[in-house]
Amino acid sequence: MEELEELARRCRVHIVNMVYKAQAGHPGGSLSEIDLLAALYKTQLRVRPNEPQWEDRDRFVLSKGHASPGMYAILAEMGFITVEDLDSYRVLGGICQGHVDMKWCPGVDFSAGSLGMGLSFGMGSAIAGRLENSARQVYVMLGDGEIQEGSVWEAAMAAAHHELGNLNVILDRNRIQNDDFCETQMRMFDIPAKWRSFGWNVKEINGHDMSEIVDGLNFLGTSNDGPSILIAHTVKGNGISYMADNPAFHGAAPNDEQYQQAMLELGEVSA
Amino acid sequence: MSKMGATRDGYGEALLQLASNPKVVVLEADLGKSTKSLHFRKAHPERTVSCGIGEQNMLLVGAGLAASGFIPFASTFAIFTERAFEQMRNGVARPNLAVHVCGSHGGTHTGTDGSSAQSIEDLAIYRTLPNVTVLHPSDTVSTRELTIQLAASSCPSYMRTARNKTPVLYEGREDEIKIGKGIKLREGTDVAIIACGVMVSQSLKAAEILAEEGIHATVVDMHTLKPLDSELINELVASCGALVTAEDHNIIGGLGGAVAEHLVSNTLAPLERIGVNDRFGESGQADEMLEVMKISTPYIAAAAKRAMARKS
Repeated sequence: MEELEELARRCRVHIVNMVYKAQAGHPGGSLSEIDLLAALYKTQLRVRPNEPQWEDRDRFVLSKGHASPGMYAILAEMGFITVEDLDSYRVLGGICQGHVDMKWCPGVDFSAGSLGMGLSFGMGSAIAGRLENSARQVYVMLGDGEIQEGSVWEAAMAAAHHELGNLNVILDRNRIQNDDFCETQMRMFDIPAKWRSFGWNVKEINGHDMSEIVDGLNFLGTSNDGPSILIAHTVKGNGISYMADNPAFHGAAPNDEQYQQAMLELGEVSA
Repeated sequence: MSKMGATRDGYGEALLQLASNPKVVVLEADLGKSTKSLHFRKAHPERTVSCGIGEQNMLLVGAGLAASGFIPFASTFAIFTERAFEQMRNGVARPNLAVHVCGSHGGTHTGTDGSSAQSIEDLAIYRTLPNVTVLHPSDTVSTRELTIQLAASSCPSYMRTARNKTPVLYEGREDEIKIGKGIKLREGTDVAIIACGVMVSQSLKAAEILAEEGIHATVVDMHTLKPLDSELINELVASCGALVTAEDHNIIGGLGGAVAEHLVSNTLAPLERIGVNDRFGESGQADEMLEVMKISTPYIAAAAKRAMARKS
């Protein structure tokens, strides 16, 4: 657990560095998802960093593609890309495009950026795995604001209809979207009940507690009769005090002073 | 030219022929009976994915399959593919995943279902997407051949088929059909009529009327709108010096638009465009709709004369 927590801490440092250097991007959702991504990549995903296109790899689809700093951070820590590559975030010609893009960055399986698309793509990937009699799993990370897109529910219904036990969703329930708290933008009522009623296996966890995350990830991929969703309750901007639970840091970069404070809080510099 | 067929039937036949390739997968959105993917479904249910009435999901399920090495063919009505335009743009065209979308029931020729089912803008919108091949074949044989060729393409595609029957033109001439190559069905040097889809047979009839008046028209089946056969258009400008385009589609942005765009950047020639005049359709029989929209044979013949009169 400590190893995973340290991995997630280093990823948080990368995230803040990327967004600070670019003076643009999405730190909030990257920081809320990063504990989940660290555990997923380290304990579950069957992937080969030196062979990113390995055909029988598990697939990971970051549907909330704006939270790309989180994904680039874990890809760098896993060795798909280098830590130096992270400097190319949002830079012309850089492999770290503003939103994750399979044509630009090794280890990225889906070109995201428009919300509500990843689950459908994941469903196609899961059907492909089934047609090939492969045991590979597909993991799709959705944001909670993202599930306001109607197309998510087309995919949710279809995936359950086709009993895709190899399709798994991790929902980053950080309660904040672009303009404000989800509750003010579009109330979503009982999210677990919605997924259950669509035919999904549902489990809820604290998305910042590593032992709960690891347990939750073990729950995924074990169903034979249908898709599963892990609803991870998270805090947007988790790990940086002034970003935490603050809608202003959905898509804003820290200034010089805020950057110094973040590095202090992450233990990169001492007071 | 007595034998008739609907291009959507050519699509259905092609899918069955393609089934010997285990990578070919068919996606449906509850219109398989109409788009004719049902034959594939009956023969290969394990490789047919019902997406329910959910076109946005369908196109991206296709993208996921294509990214994993499969060759997905997804069909619904032309008009309903448009509901998933952004999925086509961001999830299919942008990552250049070879998902093959077939929109059946395109154009006002669709008939009595009325304007909600008569797509008149599909060719225009898909033509604007990088990486996407855009096809609108004229008969069952060419539809079958082009669909089979698509399976070997590494690019995504949009193909419009038609609901209602038109004359079969290419029986025994399958070898002439190639993606990206227009086909000369008749040769003359006074004027060239470039048509697609159901308007190809209308244009052939127009050429017969013109011939009775001593006017010799070339008729081209431009089944591929993108990439456009610009070499052939240059040749027609040189040989005929006046052009007409004919399509069951809005005059904005379709075949006429594509040819006009080419002409303004190359050698100019008089061009008259026959198409739906920026209005929606209504309920009516297929042949009645071509009259109401002023795109049937006599209108094409008249446009040919106007184009000729503009030759300098």
